[in-house]
Amino acid sequence: MTVTVNGQPWDLPDGATLADVLHRLGTPPRGVAVALDGAVVPRARWAGTPLPAGASVDVVTAVQGG
Amino acid sequence: MADDPLIIAGREFGSRLILGTGGADNLAVLERALLAAQTELTTVAIRRMDTGSRSGVLDVLARHGIEPLPNTAGCRTAAEAVLTAQLGAEALQTSWVKLEVIADDRTLLPEPIELLDAAEQLVDHGFTVLPYTNDDPVLARRLADAGCAAVMPLGSPIGTGLGIRNPHNIEMIVAQATVPVVLDAGIGTASEAAQAMELGCDAVLLATAVTRAEDPPRMAEAMRLAVQAGRHARLAGRIPQRFWAQASSPHRESYSAS
Repeated sequence: MTVTVNGQPWDLPDGATLADVLHRLGTPPRGVAVALDGAVVPRARWAGTPLPAGASVDVVTAVQGG
Repeated sequence: MADDPLIIAGREFGSRLILGTGGADNLAVLERALLAAQTELTTVAIRRMDTGSRSGVLDVLARHGIEPLPNTAGCRTAAEAVLTAQLGAEALQTSWVKLEVIADDRTLLPEPIELLDAAEQLVDHGFTVLPYTNDDPVLARRLADAGCAAVMPLGSPIGTGLGIRNPHNIEMIVAQATVPVVLDAGIGTASEAAQAMELGCDAVLLATAVTRAEDPPRMAEAMRLAVQAGRHARLAGRIPQRFWAQASSPHRESYSAS
């Protein structure tokens, strides 16, 4: 299935979870947050959140600014 | 000034200078500037993470015990700002947010309608909201009434270094304030940071003036001293301005020059 991760199309096996996306991104242990289709998903629920086909995932972190 | 802390939402800060992290060429310079500023709270932006990328700014802040304050920079609508605030809260495990909702890229001025809407929603969600706002006393009052923990009026548009363009508005915001007032944006040099404090602001938030100075750590030191000087001057109570001179030496008796 195809999902959108940070604006890019990704091919993932059916049943993939948010944790799979974050693993592939090489997510650092802190300072990261995830939104699935515009709603924040807390880190504790990443592994238990399967991705629907066509889902839009945003993975963000803190950068210099403001 | 350990006996004169800045208090926002019940939290005490020894420093009244909040340094933003934006604009620095590299992390080493930023780190030296943060230390020279002796800031305890600093803003960071929330952006999409690239594969394997790390900006490292959080490591610098953690190393020195400086609290990161996530902002919603770049957001144009209340909905964008609320989601960005929620992402920042999750990423940094904080309920504090510097709320920015801007109208356009050219002025970067706050969009007042969306800003107030976002502030109300975030307060309802339990956030400690520090809104970047126009130098408009009415909007500042509305934001405070909505439950914001501080109001942060601009001196002039972000990154312009034009200083405080409407000091009287800042004084009116201070005079009616029920929450701390943080002068945010537009400061170009140290005298303007001192002026903000003399006008009665509780703190100053700045980034560009330091990070894009020729010598950022030295400018950070200047800003730290200016904020302290301005605070002292405010508390000391300045003399009233007069039209004519007033001698500061005793009247001189007339004796013969022989």
